[in-house]
Amino acid sequence: MSGSADDRTWFEEATLAALPELLGLARRLARNREDAEDLAAEAVTRAWLHRATLRDRERFCGWISRILTNLYLTQRRSEAIHPHESLGGEDDFSLFERLHQPFLLWWSTPEQEFLDRLLREDLVRAIEALPEPFRIVVALADVQGFSYGEIAESLAVPIGTVRSRLARGRALLQRALWEHACDSGLRSGSEERRSDSA
Amino acid sequence: MSDEKPMTCEEALRLLAAFLDGELHDGSEAAVEHHVEVCRSCYSRLEFERRLKTEIGRLRQEEIPSEFQARIRSILDSFARR
Repeated sequence: MSGSADDRTWFEEATLAALPELLGLARRLARNREDAEDLAAEAVTRAWLHRATLRDRERFCGWISRILTNLYLTQRRSEAIHPHESLGGEDDFSLFERLHQPFLLWWSTPEQEFLDRLLREDLVRAIEALPEPFRIVVALADVQGFSYGEIAESLAVPIGTVRSRLARGRALLQRALWEHACDSGLRSGSEERRSDSA
Repeated sequence: MSDEKPMTCEEALRLLAAFLDGELHDGSEAAVEHHVEVCRSCYSRLEFERRLKTEIGRLRQEEIPSEFQARIRSILDSFARR
């Protein structure tokens, strides 16, 4: 299985170029750093063993990302994908509705100012706090850019399930960001006054 | 002139996520586009959701710790010996 020198050179270059994205996906799925690194390392080995199945080398990054996703899902198959308990959770919480002030003058947009103040760590924390079935679909759709069809195929669930988990996952994510904003003073003064008077 | 009724805010907001995800395949994409062109409130909502989605998408890449880089290089080197 050592492959030709050309094969190895190509694989090494492609892997190192894809590594930041591969580790990004692993971190969003596995949550803790050690598990994420193990997952990414295992994906690299699997990809090498199955490299003959890659038809278009230009698509290496998407291909190895799918290998990593499938590895994770295989490890977590039962609870993460087919939870026994019904998945509760609202699907209509809107961060925009909390922040938007329609009667402000046009140049004042509290919701955009909120996003300006949002840090990468705030988003990472909010995604990590999502229950696993929701975190998986949010990671695959919003971080990785998979289509609903691709997610449904990976999870072996209907597209309607992907839609509803995504809606709930995003609502939970926005609620977590809102609560973090309230706790940390991320909101501007005008938003705070509006919320307090509600 | 078209006989089609213009889309309401409620309908546009219901379809907004699928619109941003590029998952509207039934012809409603154009109706959402038209609605946000003429409705300031839904346009603001769309821009907010679009930007939040972009910010989340930035998590796609992770900085590679040097020990992890070394671990992957060692795995890659081992392929030559297998």
